[in-house]
Amino acid sequence: MVENRPLLNILAHLVLILGVLIVAFPIYVAFIASTHGPTDFLSGLIPLTPGHDTWHTYMTMLTTGMQSSGMPPLSLQMTNSLIMALTIAIGKISISIISAYAIVYFRFPFRSLAFWLIFITLMLPVEVRILPTYKVVADLGMLDTYAGLTIPLIASATATFLFRQVFLTIPDELMEAARIDGAGPMKFFWDILLPMSRNNIAALFVILFIYGWNQYLWPLLVTTDASHYTIVMGIKRMADVADAQPQWNYIMATAILAMLPPVLVVIFMQKLFVKGLIETEK
Amino acid sequence: MAAITLEAVGKTYAGGVKAVHSIDLAIQDGEFVVLVGPSGCGKSTLLRMVAGLESVTEGKISIGDRMVNEVEPAERDIAMVFQNYALYPHMTVRQNLAYGLKNRKMAKAEISRRVDEAAQILEIGAFLDRKPRALSGGQRQRVAMGRAIVREPAAFLFDEPLSNLDAKLRVQMRGEIKQLQARLGTTSIYVTHDQLEAMTLAHRLVVLNGGQIEQVGTPLEVYRKPASTFVAAFIGSPAMNLLNAKAEGGVAHVGGGRVPLAAAVTGPVTLGLRPEDVRPADAGTEGAFVLKIAYVEELGAQKLVHGTVEGQNFACALPSDAALGQALHLVPEPGAAHGFDAQTGKRLG
Repeated sequence: MVENRPLLNILAHLVLILGVLIVAFPIYVAFIASTHGPTDFLSGLIPLTPGHDTWHTYMTMLTTGMQSSGMPPLSLQMTNSLIMALTIAIGKISISIISAYAIVYFRFPFRSLAFWLIFITLMLPVEVRILPTYKVVADLGMLDTYAGLTIPLIASATATFLFRQVFLTIPDELMEAARIDGAGPMKFFWDILLPMSRNNIAALFVILFIYGWNQYLWPLLVTTDASHYTIVMGIKRMADVADAQPQWNYIMATAILAMLPPVLVVIFMQKLFVKGLIETEK
Repeated sequence: MAAITLEAVGKTYAGGVKAVHSIDLAIQDGEFVVLVGPSGCGKSTLLRMVAGLESVTEGKISIGDRMVNEVEPAERDIAMVFQNYALYPHMTVRQNLAYGLKNRKMAKAEISRRVDEAAQILEIGAFLDRKPRALSGGQRQRVAMGRAIVREPAAFLFDEPLSNLDAKLRVQMRGEIKQLQARLGTTSIYVTHDQLEAMTLAHRLVVLNGGQIEQVGTPLEVYRKPASTFVAAFIGSPAMNLLNAKAEGGVAHVGGGRVPLAAAVTGPVTLGLRPEDVRPADAGTEGAFVLKIAYVEELGAQKLVHGTVEGQNFACALPSDAALGQALHLVPEPGAAHGFDAQTGKRLG
């Protein structure tokens, strides 16, 4: 369908530009705010033109943090967030690809029961099971550890389900050809299945990295020691100050820094991400 | 290279469905055997049992002197060519060919020697470094065969390898497979539902129906002396005409004519006549029967005349210049009529 209606084009572009502005404006405001000194906000108005304190604000946050509200340096919080997001993404992918492999390619008793049990956990996100999970983690002594931050978030039904669908589209003949070629189950997995799901793994990595990075409630619960704070929960702590003005320049700088890694992941993995979601040829 | 022996081989699926009934078949070393039959006749199941991809529930399969019922596919010394090629999409052609050899821990130099040799035989040398998706159907088919050749196995197993190709390419690849097999002399089992492919390729044909062997023989034997009405109707194109007739002392009476049979039977009989085995005759010719013409298909070299004999469908092939009216008087070529038992469908005489 090729249409050439100038008016429609203009309208379409207008809507798109408006949409971009709506999404981009808050980010712009956040960035501008982070370039000003702390006194610029006392008037109650947020300035819309860049200030002169950019370097100072970001360096302070990255190296010393905000001691008044018990904030460790952002570099540490970002490292914590990175460790958490990477562990969750890699852990989820490894576990779910292996369980999908078992469910699709092996005949064992209660196979479909196993699949449905995994599938049912889709109905139980972290928030629903947060109290029992906290109790388990606490009893295991994993509060204020990286293990406690990540392990309860790793088991994943969505990813298992996705890999199952991917494996089901791979023709059986390929597995049979591999059997005749002398590839055992492990070799088939490493040599054929894993490379063939490369794009899907990449797409899933992007989604899961952002999922892990954005975790807020769970880190808030299981960390009490500042050395394990993550940046997303850190932002909230900074805004909650008693008897003082929130220091918006520092808060906004933190928000910008917190946004950066997921954006970078998306930018650099965009090609693989799109391929993994739309590619059908096997 | 090895002989393959099937002794009373059967397959019953877990649900109790019997796909293959007690098959006995001895395939000689270097022989090209084609399993042919309609879909669901068990031919693919039988091949996959030889390959080791399906378990054998009854009987014994031996490759060479070795009983292989419980042997893993990789250990059976066979190579298989699949209908959809089953090439590894993320590997180059070279890696596809080498994968099976690498898994056998063969020396690198030997692998590359074999790959180059196979590439030369199949003329795929130019795209050894491409991925399968950059190849055409015919080229993929060659790569699939290359993967079988490099293994230098005791037997090739082909599972409808040409079904995904277009008609022209199919004829060409058919010829190439035949030459290749003759050149390598490797025992081959080939499964197809296409009787033309079966006729042209086979040293020996095995016609299967409902999980049982209907007939085993050279293509000409099967064509000239079909063992049953099933084989008669399945082998040959256009298909053999089968008419219900009454026989008396070895002569079948149908459509006002009399057709002599090989066996001296009396009573109801199924008369088989190939479309090319009848010729037109003048009205009143001794023994001629009448064909009421319904429609005519021009094939170029000849024309195919469809109609009815005593209300039963009948087709005959005539020279393209033959003049046609409303009806034709036909007489069979001497000795060309086949008689089948009207009840069992088995060949008489």
